[in-house]
Amino acid sequence: MTPRAAQPPSDRHDSPCACGLRALAAFGAVLGLAACIAAPSVVFAQSGSPFDGASPERVSFSASDKDARAGMDRAERTVDGIEIYHVQGNVYLLVGAGANVAVQVGADGVLVVDTGNAAKRAGVLAAIRKLSSGPIRWIVNTSADADHTGGNETISQAGMTVNGNPAAIIAHENVLTRMTAANRPITELPLNTFFEAGRDFYFNGEAVFLYHVPAAHTDGDVIVYFRGSDVLVSGDLFTTTQYPVIRLDQGGGVDGFVEGLNQMLDIAVPRYLQEGGTYVIPGHGRVCDEADLIDYRDMVVIVRDRIRTLVAQGMTLQQVLATKPALDYDPRYGNDRGPWTSAMFIEAIYRDPGKATSGKQRLPAK
Amino acid sequence: MGQEARRDVPIAPPIVVRALVVGGSLLLALAASPARAQIDVSGEWTGKYHEDFDDRVPGDVQGDFTGVPLNDAARRFAEAWDVTRVNLLEHQCQPYNVAHIFRGPMQFRIWAEKDPATQSIIAYREYLGTYQQFRTIWMDGRPHPPDYVPHTNMGFSTGEWHGDILTVSTTHIKKEFYRRSGIPSSDMTTLVEHYIRHGNLLSHVMIITDPVYLSEPWVVSEEFVLMERGNQNWLYNCEYVMEVPMDKNTVAYYLPGANPFIQDYAKKFGLPFEAVIGGAPTLYPEYRSKLEQLMNRK
Repeated sequence: MTPRAAQPPSDRHDSPCACGLRALAAFGAVLGLAACIAAPSVVFAQSGSPFDGASPERVSFSASDKDARAGMDRAERTVDGIEIYHVQGNVYLLVGAGANVAVQVGADGVLVVDTGNAAKRAGVLAAIRKLSSGPIRWIVNTSADADHTGGNETISQAGMTVNGNPAAIIAHENVLTRMTAANRPITELPLNTFFEAGRDFYFNGEAVFLYHVPAAHTDGDVIVYFRGSDVLVSGDLFTTTQYPVIRLDQGGGVDGFVEGLNQMLDIAVPRYLQEGGTYVIPGHGRVCDEADLIDYRDMVVIVRDRIRTLVAQGMTLQQVLATKPALDYDPRYGNDRGPWTSAMFIEAIYRDPGKATSGKQRLPAK
Repeated sequence: MGQEARRDVPIAPPIVVRALVVGGSLLLALAASPARAQIDVSGEWTGKYHEDFDDRVPGDVQGDFTGVPLNDAARRFAEAWDVTRVNLLEHQCQPYNVAHIFRGPMQFRIWAEKDPATQSIIAYREYLGTYQQFRTIWMDGRPHPPDYVPHTNMGFSTGEWHGDILTVSTTHIKKEFYRRSGIPSSDMTTLVEHYIRHGNLLSHVMIITDPVYLSEPWVVSEEFVLMERGNQNWLYNCEYVMEVPMDKNTVAYYLPGANPFIQDYAKKFGLPFEAVIGGAPTLYPEYRSKLEQLMNRK
């Protein structure tokens, strides 16, 4: 026990000098301890710097480094008028083709969700080629709309399945029915259809899920989820540019629309403070996350329930329109002209018999 | 060299003139290098709540729409507002966005990121203790991102100096609220801030523009005090949990005419509801006579 014996006895009287040194050392130790306590939070904060690429989960950021650069390199990311934006993981967004186009790239080749309008098909193909020289294997159509399927032929013919055919176009069978009825050329048609609630397959190192949402925008809507990249592609079930386009004449309905939005909300998981996490590529407009989906879902539910209440009171369509049931959302999503006006949205809900309201509806106080 | 050639040589000015020219040039050069010449806004700042205390610290009363130039769309939204929505899982951890966060209790830290080679400021960064949020204010002149990139709670910010005032412009802000009583903000909101330092005080002025829910830009200001003992920013931890069994797809709202709390503020302070929810006209001194009439009628 020599070391213990070497320790000074506790009652030893130190010289003032030694005492001062000890006090100094103790103060240093306290400082050191304080520094150790403080250090983790400092390191934590600094490691969350948008500059170093490390993004701890439990902080919220302003625009990411990638998005902060997005204004600087637009020219480099633009091909034939189509802008390419990296959303997350393997998934990219092509902007400028009418409807949004999503492209997943990887070692297996290329998967394209929607192909934009026909006038932009050459640009879409050029943008895909800028992303990958690999074979375009799959195309998924989220609906039969011309602005989502106009490039089908061009993109499909430029691609190739593993057995040498043009890239396969997948859609719900109702999309094939509607495109056939519209006399679209056979080379544009989605001949790889399904009728069940969903389909999944593995491509480019991740599971890809297709979910059919019956009776929403139309009766053939499909949402696509890239599980590894954590990106949802909504088609026109969600847009940031207008009210929901509910085509009653094509099997659409407002309740189905809400159910589709709820289905996407079930899939989407936000990062800390309701920001980022699962990203959603809407049919039109900017890239979103769960918080944006929620706002849109809430809007559809609230406006629907207002209109249903007025219908239950026996109001005519004109009377309902006069109450401006979507006044709080008109400046954001409303249009007075164009293919889908605010009045058309209200009329679609008015004429949709639908189901019971699903929101936590507050009845007028007695 | 002959006599003629020497005539072409400029005559040197007196040394005093030269000194003035050189000195003046240096002053001009210094004035033209804004990033290095401006006042330092770095530090740990905490709120001084003498201004708008009731609004900023205890929080607003239900039905308080005063002082905000809200438009008809905002009024309708507020009428449908059900404060119980904060119980819903997806809203429990929703923070205040950049146009709202400065209006609550807050400490925040500002520091500069400098180019190692030139020592020019690339960006200011902020750590906002409330909700533990980071923010970058780019000072390198870069453009704002295109419309199609995601929006965040803190948005995308660029800054520039105007004299000793740091002016910051922010876009790409997430939708949120200007007040918890249900005054909404849209994702089209843009924010201009002015940071003005007076010794250990920092004045923060916000000019909020929202084409969806405001009828005119909303101007507010707050004061912050430099903390001499720094690193006291709060940490914030939020995990959403189901506290009351409910349908996961619940949307909390009131139908028109059914919100029982809409006039709480007006009743509490004996004010005409018309004045409380009056928006922009009520912000100006001219409104006093109108308010007087309304009060007398009441």
